[in-house]
Amino acid sequence: MNTETKIKPNTETKTSGNLKNIFLREFKSYFVSPVAYIVISIFLLVIGYLFFSTFFLMKQANLTRFFSMLPMTFSFIIPAITMRLFSEEMKVGTYEILLTLPVTFKDIILGKFFAAVAFVGVMLLPTIFYAIFTSFLGQLDWGPVVGGYIGGILLGAAFTAIGLLASSITKNQVIAFIIGMTACFFLTLMTDFMVWFMPDSWVKTFQYFSANNHFQGIAKGVIDTRDILYFVSIMFVSLYGTHLIMEEKK
Amino acid sequence: MIKFESLTKYYGHVCAVDNISFEVKKGEILGFLGPNGAGKTTTYRILTGYLQPTSGTIRVKDQFNIQDHQLEIKRLIGYLPESAPIYPEMLVYDYLNYVADIRGVPKDKKLPHLKELADLCSLNEVMHKSITELSKGYRQRVGIAHALMGNPEILVLDEPTAGLDPNQIAETRDIIRRIGKEKTIIFSTHILSEAEATCDRVIIINNGKLAADFTISELREMTKTEPFEDIFRRITRGVNS
Repeated sequence: MNTETKIKPNTETKTSGNLKNIFLREFKSYFVSPVAYIVISIFLLVIGYLFFSTFFLMKQANLTRFFSMLPMTFSFIIPAITMRLFSEEMKVGTYEILLTLPVTFKDIILGKFFAAVAFVGVMLLPTIFYAIFTSFLGQLDWGPVVGGYIGGILLGAAFTAIGLLASSITKNQVIAFIIGMTACFFLTLMTDFMVWFMPDSWVKTFQYFSANNHFQGIAKGVIDTRDILYFVSIMFVSLYGTHLIMEEKK
Repeated sequence: MIKFESLTKYYGHVCAVDNISFEVKKGEILGFLGPNGAGKTTTYRILTGYLQPTSGTIRVKDQFNIQDHQLEIKRLIGYLPESAPIYPEMLVYDYLNYVADIRGVPKDKKLPHLKELADLCSLNEVMHKSITELSKGYRQRVGIAHALMGNPEILVLDEPTAGLDPNQIAETRDIIRRIGKEKTIIFSTHILSEAEATCDRVIIINNGKLAADFTISELREMTKTEPFEDIFRRITRGVNS
């Protein structure tokens, strides 16, 4: 073999390039299996049904209903997208190869994270037709629509990070899915439940932790830094937790 | 080249690797032998950065140790894990291409390098098949190509010939001998004649402990009077039966 010279540049390669390589591999691998298409179809069916079942009754040209159902739908769709990210690799054994290639934990975690977020973006893309469709029926205010999509991506990214953490815990995809779904549903619904048995002042405090609450803020078209900070902190905590678990597995 | 210094690994209370120390010289082909469960795979996993040792260290090229320079060491090592677990849904070409990118093979050299490895490991007919469709022998060879990608200085092969038919074993051994001329190789096998035929040196571990360390000439001297199988069993028996 006359490729001896290649070893030298290898020792100097930046690690940032490998985040991109892992991202691309993960993103492409979604579309190789039918699971991706099934998940997208289920998402569009559920959200489409929830949206259109009341759309013509309300006679309002807005997407409020669509965005208000997004946290609930994401709570079970996104863990289904993220459940395989680590669990499958640990089950098949490719995790060993991944960890012995010259990549850092950061490359692996962020590569997988961004790939899943990009997939969520692809999944949301067809729903833009709802907005276009609605705009033909009446005077559509585009502010909340844009805000809704920004919030949707933030919410999706936060849930993805939670799902990724759940997937890093176990090699069983079903368990990863259930843990992720439980956590996401909890963040979505917790204040709705608390109203029944907790004093008002407590519920107000807990509202700060509710994903639904922060998302609906952005979906009104008001971009508040507190809401953005909330989603970013969920991502940070979950991704850092994933890092700790990978560290622990050694 | 690679210095194992009182390497120890516990899984809970079970000791998998017990205070192992030895050195592998540059350009050496080392046969790392031992019965199943002796701690070979654990040792490989520590060397390749998949696991952390409980105590002790491994130094590579004198300047790197596995605690502080994991990334540098990973760049120097090509590793074939046991039974070559590779993404089943990927095409062989896509997979090798991905590994080439991760290993930082420059764009202009990527295609010639891929071709070279495909020739060396006889992968040309399966480049556009997905890995699930491959037979065990082909999958193993994809694993070897994966380990050779980017031309690393050190190769660690965990049972590269396990589960292969005699022809494939001969081919794999041929590959190892051919690339072994310019690389440091550690590999394990249960076929003792294979170790005898390919290695410069043989190390036997048993129950996590270093049990024997022979150069090939010492081994040849010993096998004149006693077959290698018997020597191996004498060293490792008792504890396992």
